[in-house]
Amino acid sequence: MSNNKSEYLINRHDNQYEVVIGLEVHAQVTSESKLFSTSATKFGAEPNTQVSLVDAAFPGMLPVINEYCVKQAIKTGIGLKAKINKRSVFDRKNYFYADLPQGYQISQFKDPIVGEGKVILDMPDGQKEVGIERLHLEQDAGKSIHDLDPKNTFVDLNRSGVALMEIVSKPDLRSPDEVNAYIKKLRSIMRYLGTCDGNMQEGSLRADVNVSVRKKGSKEFGTRCEIKNVNSIKFMQMAIEYEANRQVDLIEDGQTIDQETRLFDTKKNETRSMRSKEDAHDYRYFPDPDLLPLEVSDDFIENLKSEIPELPDEKKKRFIEKFKLSPYEANILVSDIETSNYFENVIKKSDVKLATNWIIGELFAALNEKNLEIIESPISAGNLSKLINLIKDGTISGKIAKTVFEQMMEGDKDPQKIVEEKGLKQESDPKALEALIDKVIDDNRDKATEYKSGKVKLFGFFVGQVMKVSGGKANPQLVNEILKKKL
Amino acid sequence: MSDITKQSLSELVENIKSKKLSSSEVTKAFVERSEKSKELNAYITEDYANALNKAKKFDEKPNLDLKLSGIPMAVKDLFCTKDLRTTAGSKILNNFVPTYESTVTQNIWNEGAILMGKLNCDEFAMGSSNETSFFGNVQNPIDKNLVPGGSSGGSSSAVAAQLTPITIGTDTGGSIRQPASFTGTVGLKPTYGSCSRYGIVAFASSLDQAGPMAQNVKDCALLQEVISSYDEKDSTSIDFKRNEYSKELTKDIKGKKIGIPKEYRVDGMPKEIEGLWKKGIEYAKDCGAEIIDISLPHTNYALPTYYIVAPAEASSNLARYDGVKYGFRAEGENLIDMYEKTRSEGFGAEVQRRIMIGTYVLSSGYYDAYYLKAQKVRKLIKNDFDDAYEKVDAILTPSTPSSAFKIGEKTNDPVSMYLNDIFTVPVNLAGLPGISIPAGHDAKGYPLGLQIIGKAFDEQNILNIAYAMEEKINFKNNITDWWIK
Repeated sequence: MSNNKSEYLINRHDNQYEVVIGLEVHAQVTSESKLFSTSATKFGAEPNTQVSLVDAAFPGMLPVINEYCVKQAIKTGIGLKAKINKRSVFDRKNYFYADLPQGYQISQFKDPIVGEGKVILDMPDGQKEVGIERLHLEQDAGKSIHDLDPKNTFVDLNRSGVALMEIVSKPDLRSPDEVNAYIKKLRSIMRYLGTCDGNMQEGSLRADVNVSVRKKGSKEFGTRCEIKNVNSIKFMQMAIEYEANRQVDLIEDGQTIDQETRLFDTKKNETRSMRSKEDAHDYRYFPDPDLLPLEVSDDFIENLKSEIPELPDEKKKRFIEKFKLSPYEANILVSDIETSNYFENVIKKSDVKLATNWIIGELFAALNEKNLEIIESPISAGNLSKLINLIKDGTISGKIAKTVFEQMMEGDKDPQKIVEEKGLKQESDPKALEALIDKVIDDNRDKATEYKSGKVKLFGFFVGQVMKVSGGKANPQLVNEILKKKL
Repeated sequence: MSDITKQSLSELVENIKSKKLSSSEVTKAFVERSEKSKELNAYITEDYANALNKAKKFDEKPNLDLKLSGIPMAVKDLFCTKDLRTTAGSKILNNFVPTYESTVTQNIWNEGAILMGKLNCDEFAMGSSNETSFFGNVQNPIDKNLVPGGSSGGSSSAVAAQLTPITIGTDTGGSIRQPASFTGTVGLKPTYGSCSRYGIVAFASSLDQAGPMAQNVKDCALLQEVISSYDEKDSTSIDFKRNEYSKELTKDIKGKKIGIPKEYRVDGMPKEIEGLWKKGIEYAKDCGAEIIDISLPHTNYALPTYYIVAPAEASSNLARYDGVKYGFRAEGENLIDMYEKTRSEGFGAEVQRRIMIGTYVLSSGYYDAYYLKAQKVRKLIKNDFDDAYEKVDAILTPSTPSSAFKIGEKTNDPVSMYLNDIFTVPVNLAGLPGISIPAGHDAKGYPLGLQIIGKAFDEQNILNIAYAMEEKINFKNNITDWWIK
């Protein structure tokens, strides 16, 4: 094994343990209507207002596949560099629950629509490839609400039948940091593709986390536990840390780990047993006789391939090669589609280097402070581009630009106008500057003498004075040149 | 006209179109006869007042260009009918009123027919005698103590007793053809995918198919023409060119090759059935058909295969009846308790038996041995038919291994009850069309039926053969109206 600094190991006594993690991510397909019905899928609608007879499983109602959701799943598969299965089968997963109206969930068990693929993670010590086992389409269940009434449970079926993609990774992840990078990368790819909005607060992206531990160097996997339905990256990381340590403690204590399903308690920051392997449901999977096997042609897949936009990995490569960005800068700028779009709009008409610095530096800091996403940025790409051009052509100094930027953040104003209205234009007239400099030297005769007698450090003092007198507007380069001559 | 209810559908349609009869007169006649026939227990829900109103409205502004203009009709209570209670013969749907209409019934109303009520059937269509209905057994108009067959027992009884000029049933393993055979009527199970399953309470999705039940082949062809349609709301509906079955109906079947499968000579088959089959072969020859001996080698495995596949699908299809959303609910201490009480009280014994069989065969560890193997055998059974149809155009068999049995005779012996479907079940497993026509009587005077099985989508051919043979057979039902006081 490598001696990477970022290697995540748990030390107990003289033993080092490696953590093995696999994720089953449930990603809600971005679509107007549900997987097998025409009901709307909008988030936050009044309870039970987006429910059709099919979603509520009325007698004699039949599912009809939504072609758009199939396309979205295939596109996602293409984005994961995965094998697209031209024939897939919908199965019924049978279990009883109040928010599962049919008494079964339509899912894909043996023959998923997408097979093996991969995701590349950019970790601090280099790239890491995470294998994708499969991606399949399935229906979401409704929502049971237990806390509105002391005795009754309320059921909201708005979510019932909404299309989900279950993306199953291979057990290739080794640390909470890698899990963080994996989820972010998956989300980024799906957002580029427009197949899942990745909104974890709204439940569009959730994951079951499989965790096991083994002694470092061991080739065998340990017994795994599955932590169900974790809905934020932070909680996933906390759950993994807790669970891995729990398992190491058991091993160190000479005990065995039971294969089981566990829940993560976000308040207590611990996982606890939900059901053991013996109590696991027998879902009695069998092919849904209401649906024929799903068959897609090569043409259908090729057409979808032609709709795939440039994805983050390819974009990053292009940014590095074409714009000479560092891998670090490129990573940040391609991390989500809105940021890369913004960046590419800014550099259409302005300097790449300055644009990169201003976006990653000033803009991100300002947005962060206001808790805004890039699409909500008060400064449009066009105006940021203008600001950069004002710096580049010497109309304003970098320092003044920061003042202008602050004003632009208050509302999307044209930087040109701000500069004009506030008289912030840089003073680059040598004659005007000479007059200013003469006055400063006059006012500081003693210091000028000291400078001439060899105290060269005082040069900075004179530059500062000139800038101060000019209200920051003096062109620093010219000031330097003239001062050198005059002193 | 006092003999309105004795007229065939085709005659009634003609008489309404030529204004010799009004829809009100016809509807009133069938309503009155239905009301006098309560003892048969053919109806679960009567909708007579509405039917008479609709007939009156029809007569005020008659549209005589439709295929079923002004014809009253009762339908099996497995079809969801908008605003009229639909029970599937079960307590669990005792109070269920759909807000939607099945595609098949909608097709019927679109052709001008009028709903009279909902007909009794075995609970969730699970049964061969109509004795599993929560609403009580149905009597066969042939004889007081005789079952009318099942699951479409209310339908067969109502057509035979002329409470409705025609009706529709559903057939998962023989539920149209067996009751037709038991009551001396005609019943067609169409090719799987011919009639939409949308809005039909599901029993076994890969086998269920709606079809017409009539007093003669011509009426049957006309109704098949109306109910068969491609429907995007049913993913298993098939878009094929549908004939105008009644218009294209012909008795000319000269040179048609009809296969006689040797495997249908089952052990212990009554001599009368054997004799009927032989007579059927003669009738077919008389019509100019060529008789060819064929083999369907996997016939023996059809019944066990069916009793794995059908319960498996049923166990899942019936999971939705859980007391949460609609239908019957028994109060419970908690969710699980509510489920258990609702389903124990809401489902009858036969339905519970099949749910348990289905749950068992799908269980992990048993799936491969039962369900998966059954699916493989199902394929072999279908291949048998494909091979046979290389040589023949249709296949002739008895419809059932016996005539109608007595009420209560087989209720405690499910296996002997299941054996009733031995000749009909292979047809469902292979997704083929099959028609039962009355072909004679046994020693007790009970009707016996012959089954003609066709190639997929070849309804026209088996209707033609049935039409030609019907004339030669010249069957007369002995119904004495014993139930009318």
